[in-house]
Amino acid sequence: MMALETRNLVKRFGGFTATHDVSLSIRQGARHALIGPNGAGKTTLINLFTGVFAPTSGQIFLDGEDITALPAHARVARGLSRTFQINQLFADFTPLDSMMLAIGERKGHGRRFWQPLAADREVAEEAVTTLERFRLADVMSEETRLLPYGKQRLLEIALAIAARPKVLLLDEPAAGVPEEEREEVLGIVRALPEDVTVVLIEHDMDLVFSFADRISVLAAGALFAEGSVEEISRDPQVKAIYLGEDA
Amino acid sequence: MTDHQAHALRLLTAKHRWRVWEIALWLAAIAAIFLLPSQLLILTEIVILALFAVSLDLILGYAGIVSLGHTAFFGLGAYAAGILARDYVAEPVTGLVFAGLVSGLFGLATSFLVLRGSDLTRLMTTFGVAMLLAELGNQAAWLTGGADGLSGISMTPILGLFEFDLWGRNGYIYCLVVLIVLTFVARHITNSPFGLSLMAIKRNPRRAAMLGISPKRRIVTVYAVSAAYAGMAGALLAQTTNFVSPDVLAFHRSADVLLVLVIGGAGYLYGGIFGAIIFTMLRDWLSVATPQYWMFWIGLILVAIVMIGRERLTGWPALLAARLKSRTGEAAR
Amino acid sequence: MLTILFDGIAYGMLLFILACGLSITLGLMNFVNLAHGAFAMAGGYVTVVLMNRYGIPFYLCLPAAFIATAVIGAALEVTLYRRLYRASHLDQVLFSIGLVFMAIAAADYFMGGQQQLINLPPELRGRLDVFGIGIGRSRLFIIVICAILAVALQLALTRTRFGSQLRAAVDDGRVARGLGINVSTIFVLTFALGSGLAGLGGALGADMLGLDPNFPLKFLIYFMIVVTVGGTSSITGPFIAALLLGIADVAGKYYLPQAGAFIIYAVMILVLILRPNGLFTREGGR
Ligand SMILES: Nc1ncnc2c1ncn2[C@@H]1O[C@H](COP(=O)(O)OP(=O)(O)OP(=O)(O)O)[C@@H](O)[C@H]1O
Ligand SMILES: [Mg+2]
Repeated sequence: MMALETRNLVKRFGGFTATHDVSLSIRQGARHALIGPNGAGKTTLINLFTGVFAPTSGQIFLDGEDITALPAHARVARGLSRTFQINQLFADFTPLDSMMLAIGERKGHGRRFWQPLAADREVAEEAVTTLERFRLADVMSEETRLLPYGKQRLLEIALAIAARPKVLLLDEPAAGVPEEEREEVLGIVRALPEDVTVVLIEHDMDLVFSFADRISVLAAGALFAEGSVEEISRDPQVKAIYLGEDA
Repeated sequence: MTDHQAHALRLLTAKHRWRVWEIALWLAAIAAIFLLPSQLLILTEIVILALFAVSLDLILGYAGIVSLGHTAFFGLGAYAAGILARDYVAEPVTGLVFAGLVSGLFGLATSFLVLRGSDLTRLMTTFGVAMLLAELGNQAAWLTGGADGLSGISMTPILGLFEFDLWGRNGYIYCLVVLIVLTFVARHITNSPFGLSLMAIKRNPRRAAMLGISPKRRIVTVYAVSAAYAGMAGALLAQTTNFVSPDVLAFHRSADVLLVLVIGGAGYLYGGIFGAIIFTMLRDWLSVATPQYWMFWIGLILVAIVMIGRERLTGWPALLAARLKSRTGEAAR
Repeated sequence: MLTILFDGIAYGMLLFILACGLSITLGLMNFVNLAHGAFAMAGGYVTVVLMNRYGIPFYLCLPAAFIATAVIGAALEVTLYRRLYRASHLDQVLFSIGLVFMAIAAADYFMGGQQQLINLPPELRGRLDVFGIGIGRSRLFIIVICAILAVALQLALTRTRFGSQLRAAVDDGRVARGLGINVSTIFVLTFALGSGLAGLGGALGADMLGLDPNFPLKFLIYFMIVVTVGGTSSITGPFIAALLLGIADVAGKYYLPQAGAFIIYAVMILVLILRPNGLFTREGGR
């Protein structure tokens, strides 16, 4: 069964078509890269997967279940999680608070209104372990907005992973991260458990080729090509899109 | 347990530990019974306003819902308590609970109005609901006394034990106890996983949804709780004054309570209390002239607060909290 | 029956002129200006003072009210409003409530709390009998003036350079600036126009709506209804909404004096539930 699948997905903003009839299948446990020039509609596709936007037409399936009409939080509950291209964090929360929230919600403790946070040992312990794994434990009492960008980026990813997703969507996880902190972020991405399906949006081709086992190329909202790393890296048309962009 | 875990637990515990200034505030409020016996009526007024503002803080400060008609719940509670006392049971605590239930249920019933749409729709629906109730209170004169207000209330002793005295001493104690208990409850709620999720929804609804938080239930819950609080504040007013004026549903009350909260700072529960103290003192000081002037000054204060910047003006409690936090944080390390 | 309809139309037209400025600040500039009614009140008082104290004819007072409130509006825009276009809605609400309170207190201080009466010129008093329908002359006058204004406004917003510059400025301030449009001038002018129209409405309606210091709060709900029900994406929406509201309100007060106000508030809430962006907006705009 496919972990994530779309059928004839279309998204229009007014007269502009940002997603053009995309039918995509992503295998369970895949390392799937989504590439394409700026404005190709990659982020829009992720927004459709996660329910930030409703598609104009078409369907989305998670583990074979039609999730097209589900609200965002219900998709998360079914195992879909993401990071944002631009950090979406709680600026004045500490990483500890954010992590308590993320893990507490996954465990369904968010409706407990009479339990002090400190009394939720189970969640606190996991929060700390996760923070340690993401090298955030030393800064867990700082306000998020005061952290270096690389740390914020790590927190963004940590929050997505704290949901223990079956399918994880990473929108340019290393974008904007200074060179010296970059390896830290990428290390985390590479070390994700194998059974988690990962969809990665990334502009850095070296990274894409080393990480992915399958690649989809988007151009002008439409699926332009799809194949293994070899096929895509050899495809002259893909090169043309990218080189045309770069040159 | 690792060092990090111990540190995390200390941080989390510090969140709901009572702070020195909180205890000092409540001790001062209790001391006032003996130190300011001639001021108890105005202190009672402050306590009621404080409770009303705490109730607004629950939705505005924690969940980020701007309401232009919060007095709907306050007024409804006042009428509920007043009518209950006039026609059925005149025991105050019963009336308080009844008013809380009525307003809470009304909050629950109208909460779906604040779930949808933008700030603007929320402003208008809350405003509209308050106007609707005001009109209803005005029309149903057979029940509410209409424009003349609801009179003929005479409360029996609190729990059958403590009679409301002429100096307002027991009235003040009664209101203060209610405020302390309800603030304690609110404090508990806001320090829970539920409270954390509310703050998250307010700060970044998109990320909150991506953590699997369904905002609707949470907002409905806190809205109903807040409405119940406002209703109980209204009940206290009706019970301590033996009168309900149609003014309890007037627009200016919704505006006043916003101002109170803004003066004290939203989002940490005590803003409503500090705001109520400052607001009432200001009003007493300024309205030596006429009520009309007072309205002008309120207006000027509102404009000034916004122009100078709320953050800058009411940053003091946050600054204080931050300083205390960093101190406890260091101590914890 | 037809008289009621006619009065309702006059009332609705008046509401439109009063509220269209709000619909512009709210819809185009995204500013929650609860003080809008204060401008209308100012226009009313300008007329009262000019007529009763200085004996200036009613017809001259109308443009005077427009100009005076437009100037006040422009002055406030430049000094205060301008800084709050990007502020949160809560700040805008607090600020404009503050202005309303100050305006109410000031009106009370200078003019007293009583209802103000104005003496309409004789040709606007009394009724005309057209095919057996009693038509108030002042109502007819209001309808004619407001209809002309509504058409002029629609043309100004859709057909003129000013209108297209305004829309450009609102759509994307930066792009508009890049095109050499002076965005802040456009905003001042728009704000002044909206305030001026409110002032004119206040002057025209002083007789029909009454005028006392509580005017801004009393009619706030009506303005809000016009704007919410009509939506803010065009001025036709508010126009239709104002007409419906005017007719419903007059008819309600006549046939169901007890329930009139409820029905109107309830309808507003209902519309907000069903169509949070207003009844007359096209879906999927952008
Ligand atoms: N909410 C929106 N409203 C209107 N247009 C939008 C919206 N979101 C995206 N678009 C448009 O859709 C197109 C695709 O945008 P998208 O963000 O998906 O591109 P992308 O492939 O992620 O690009 P990048 O590599 O720069 O992140 C762009 O032209 C963008 O302007
Ligand atoms: Mg993108």
